[in-house]
Amino acid sequence: MIRKLSLALALVAAPLAAEETVVVDLSQNRVAITANYSGSEIFVFGAVKRDTPLAEDIAPLDVAIVVEGPLEHTTVRKKDKALGIWINTESVEIDAAPSFFTVATTGPLDEILNVEDQHKYAIGLDHAIRPQEHDEPNADVASFAEAITRIRVDEGLYSEREGIISLTSETLFNASIQLPANLVEGDYTARIYLIRDRNIVSDSSVAIAVRKEGLERWLYNLAHEQALIYGLLSLLVALVAGYGASEIFRLLKR
Amino acid sequence: MQIYLPIAEVSVNIFLLLGLGGMVGVLSGMFGVGGGFLMTPLLFMIGIPPAVAVATEANQIVASSFSGVLAHFKRKTVDIKMGFILLIGGLIGATVGVWIFKYLKSIGQVELLVTLSYVVFLGMIGSLMFVESLNAIRKSKKPGVVPRKKKHNWIHGLPFKMRFRTSGLYISVIPPILVGLVVGILAAIMGVGGGFIMVPAMIYLLGMPTKVVVGTSLFQIIFVTAYTTLSHATQNFTVDAVLALLLLIGGVIGAQIGARIGVKLKAEQLRILLAIMVLAMCGKLAADLLLMPSELFSIGTGGH
Repeated sequence: MIRKLSLALALVAAPLAAEETVVVDLSQNRVAITANYSGSEIFVFGAVKRDTPLAEDIAPLDVAIVVEGPLEHTTVRKKDKALGIWINTESVEIDAAPSFFTVATTGPLDEILNVEDQHKYAIGLDHAIRPQEHDEPNADVASFAEAITRIRVDEGLYSEREGIISLTSETLFNASIQLPANLVEGDYTARIYLIRDRNIVSDSSVAIAVRKEGLERWLYNLAHEQALIYGLLSLLVALVAGYGASEIFRLLKR
Repeated sequence: MQIYLPIAEVSVNIFLLLGLGGMVGVLSGMFGVGGGFLMTPLLFMIGIPPAVAVATEANQIVASSFSGVLAHFKRKTVDIKMGFILLIGGLIGATVGVWIFKYLKSIGQVELLVTLSYVVFLGMIGSLMFVESLNAIRKSKKPGVVPRKKKHNWIHGLPFKMRFRTSGLYISVIPPILVGLVVGILAAIMGVGGGFIMVPAMIYLLGMPTKVVVGTSLFQIIFVTAYTTLSHATQNFTVDAVLALLLLIGGVIGAQIGARIGVKLKAEQLRILLAIMVLAMCGKLAADLLLMPSELFSIGTGGH
């Protein structure tokens, strides 16, 4: 009798303990920037692992995916009118701004997740840029941080796409993440959150390596590691092209 | 068809670059100018970072000047001695220019400096050329040619005189060195060869005969822009070889087409067209400085 009771209690308690974990895989963990790279698409596939079946009256499941580029120290400048012309007058250093940031969700972010967690886990465009501890938390810095977000949204580097994740039977989900053509190389991460009742119940993260490859890699390394040789090589190409052009058209004139 | 530029780190349409190179090439062939003063601002407009645009354009000018100077060598219209004197000033100027560029880049004013230099120099050269070619057109309608007097001004009183046989001059080396210096600084800051300043300075300040001016200017520009390219490549890492190559291909083809169109037009008409173009570019850049930008903020590259 007591055993039956405890089993019943356990069944009721199980969903509350939220024994759900997320399992994720990506269509690719590596993005190669080659000479003809013009953007790419990464598919995020996920499944929810449960030890116990779902209770009937449980709140619906939601998913949020954040894909983020490397954090960079960034300088933001503001123009002001001085002596009749518009020039950069103020500048603010932002310690950690991701080079790329996109959020995909199953529904409107504010409806599916509480604001504290949005901030804490950097989910959503408003939280793409995290103020650092030693930053002065004044309104001015906030307006500069907003400017980064605004400019990068225009450039297609930051985005928020609510409701694009399709969730099947509260268990399987997938989303396609578009990477733009003007991508910077570095270590990207995909963070996946399972959300129930506006709270995060499980999370996972996967790394994506974005690297220049082939000719791009070779030229970039040469330019930075053997700058003089690269410079001389650029000149050589220029001289050969110049000579070639002059010769070809001399022949054509005949 | 898109191509990802390894140093600029942006993806651009390959045909847009070839087209730009071709267009500027046609103009440079028509007018006998390098075209850097048109190409660099155009590169800014298509989203190439200014630092990369300026450095890469210097590399492209090496190619177009080299192609041009070969023809002048065959016609023996290069004053090599004068070229080397100009070059001394030019190399000092380019060193100073790259240094100024680096400093202003660190304090976030490089864009302002580049734009201001463009507005001032394009405005000056454009209006001078415009007025001068208008006068020339008026004069050509009147009968009789006014003989040009040989100028004898303060320049002839300076020390360190030297004989330049090809140009038929006996003048002090100070003015050519100063001209080279100014053009060198501009070449590094504006990403131009400086022909559009060098040519008038050689004619009006140094009194060189017009036939050797273009060849000598090109000869000198090759070395100054080669030096600028190397400086930018080793100090700022901003030369994009892929971008340079694409602009080059369009440029050399365009230049030859332009040269053929140029032959069919009269010199005064050509100059007035060029003046209008220079002034239009100047006006566009001036408007950017004077009108309130739609986005007041900008993101700088790197940090500190």
